[in-house]
Amino acid sequence: MTETRDPRDDKTPEDVPHFVSDAPFDPDIEVVLTEEQEKYYMASQWRLMWWKLRRHKIAVAAGIFLLLMYLIAVFAEVVAPYELQHRDVRHTFAPPQGIHLFHEGKLVGPFVYGFTSKRDPETLQKIYTADKSKVNRIRFFCAGGYRGSEYEFWGLFKGDFHLICPESNRKPVFLLGTDRLGRDMFSRIVYGSRISLTIGLIGIVLSFTLGIVIGGIAGFYGGIVDNLIQRLIEILKSFPRLPLWMALSAALPAKWSPVYIYFGITLILAMLDWPSLARAVRSKLLSLREEDFAVAANLMGASTKRIIGKHLVPSFASHLIASASLAIPEMILGETALSFLGLGLRPPVTSWGVLLNEAQNIQVVVLYPWLMAPMIPVILVILAFNFLGDGLRDAADPYK
Amino acid sequence: MLRYIAHRLLLMIPTLLAVSAIVFIIIQLPPGDYLETLIAEMQSRGEAVDQNQIAALREAYGLDKSPVEQYFSWLFGLLQGDFGWSFEHNRPVSELIGQRILLTFVVTFSTILFIWVVSFAIGTYVATRQYSVSDHVATLIGYLGLATPNFLLALVLMYFANQWFDISIGGIMDDEYRNQPWSFAKIGSVLEHLWIPVIVIGTSGTAGMIRRLRANLLDELQKQYVVTGRAKGLHPRKLLWKYPLRVALNPFIADIGSILPEVISGSAVVAVVLNLDITGRMLLDALRAQDMFLAGSFLMFLAMLVVIGTLLSDLALAALDPRIRLSGGTTR
Repeated sequence: MTETRDPRDDKTPEDVPHFVSDAPFDPDIEVVLTEEQEKYYMASQWRLMWWKLRRHKIAVAAGIFLLLMYLIAVFAEVVAPYELQHRDVRHTFAPPQGIHLFHEGKLVGPFVYGFTSKRDPETLQKIYTADKSKVNRIRFFCAGGYRGSEYEFWGLFKGDFHLICPESNRKPVFLLGTDRLGRDMFSRIVYGSRISLTIGLIGIVLSFTLGIVIGGIAGFYGGIVDNLIQRLIEILKSFPRLPLWMALSAALPAKWSPVYIYFGITLILAMLDWPSLARAVRSKLLSLREEDFAVAANLMGASTKRIIGKHLVPSFASHLIASASLAIPEMILGETALSFLGLGLRPPVTSWGVLLNEAQNIQVVVLYPWLMAPMIPVILVILAFNFLGDGLRDAADPYK
Repeated sequence: MLRYIAHRLLLMIPTLLAVSAIVFIIIQLPPGDYLETLIAEMQSRGEAVDQNQIAALREAYGLDKSPVEQYFSWLFGLLQGDFGWSFEHNRPVSELIGQRILLTFVVTFSTILFIWVVSFAIGTYVATRQYSVSDHVATLIGYLGLATPNFLLALVLMYFANQWFDISIGGIMDDEYRNQPWSFAKIGSVLEHLWIPVIVIGTSGTAGMIRRLRANLLDELQKQYVVTGRAKGLHPRKLLWKYPLRVALNPFIADIGSILPEVISGSAVVAVVLNLDITGRMLLDALRAQDMFLAGSFLMFLAMLVVIGTLLSDLALAALDPRIRLSGGTTR
């Protein structure tokens, strides 16, 4: 130990400079958060939820898809190449046309082949074959100029601008075929999204209101009121939904205008949907009421209204949103099923269920399978709502 | 246990009364009654309407009484097995719906069995292989199964059966047995046709059940007693079967209350698409034609099926789970 000498030992204390930091002394230096940490710890509940949801890739994709669908629903007139009721009498039950890019080895851009049609002498059914000499180009961002191109946007102002359109009526483009009156299926599905997608939203607003009010009353007052409401919920839940929906919508007077029927159906859908929401609200209220923060607020003299509104509702609102996003698809399904059976909305109102109503008969479906096309958006939208709802439910409790 | 059974049975009486009241209100909701529809129809055909005859009919059916009186006479009729008179078919309702109710019951029961068997097999399989390829495939199919409305599934199945195999899969039995009395050949025919509606109606329920079973089993498999068992060298199969699986199977019985309405709802629409001789089409027509006693009997029967099914599942659950039995409360 004595052989190797530390060279520093030779120095006198004067040789070593005494270091004093100029920075002001802060005893809490270890506790202070960096900017990133601060952002994380101080984030609001909603921000935390958003962060958690963002990690759920499928839910985000589903959310974007739904946003897109709702955009289409808003701008249905622009997206659809033909107006809702436009009939092309020469092309009834025309099959879907495939989109091609190359014609005889040359690039012409997206186009479809036109039809030649002849009648089957026995069944009198029109048989279409793709005519390889007729090239019907698809135009993009175009301003009409053909029958069926003019529309009234939300019934407010006229226009004929479309995202895609055919060249002319002589060269039609039916991406998903036509129905028995020669109406373009694609356009009708686009228009149908307006009804099908909004019925779920309006329905959920109604059922939300009912659920929160009734569940809130049950959860807050407890006792006999709670007991009665619980029994009512149990009875309503023990009904098979669809037969009851059928019975209720069959009771809507046939004389009503389509708009009344629309709201009537929404109300019927909501009437059987609120019990599960009310039950969720009630149980959440009951458990949160006992939490420390609610007791503290109570002790500080907050009124019941304030405790519910300011403290309890925000703390389970996220759960409610999650369960709402899982309830919307059920309503969309309900409307589709009712309209499919002919008990829900009726033409001229067009929803996906109304469109599917034409595909009820197996003989028709076998001959014209493209009439089943509206089921694709139905399934996709329901799938998307389920994914989004699952993601929201996972994100609803960000503190976990 | 006896106490609990008595409690549940007593609770059923007010429930069924309330259900019957709701059903009656609903079938009374449409403005007017069947006779008014009939009169309008006769007038539009230019037939003379005999007011005396109408009044006599009205009295015979009790349509001239107040709704409350009508409700009670309907209710007492139900209790005595008299379901009223179908205006449209001009026959007693009980004659019309007897076979359909039996078939509805058969379809519902087999669908529940199907849901149990399939979800038990797949659920257990995927839960023990979490994040494997088969797990992901099952999850994907499960989501699709939940999202596809069963009547659309029925439509698609019918289409492909027709295109690929050139067969028609509609109906619940071969046509020649339709109005025949029950025989072994008829039962065989029903069994032959049964599987399509069962698959169609059961798909979404199965998908949901697989998800629940998988989640439950995964929860259970992470618990300490399983770890201890594994550490002590218990055989993996025994480790799975002895406790975790039994606990995870709880929703099989507990969820009957929510699956049953779903299955019955599904069967009502699927029956229309697949042209089954169960409640579907006749209920639809009865609702349209304001044939109130026929529609009411169907609705009442469907709701009763759910109430009784829920009761049975509650009792089974109480037998399995002493916590429920001892607290004497309801299960939920």
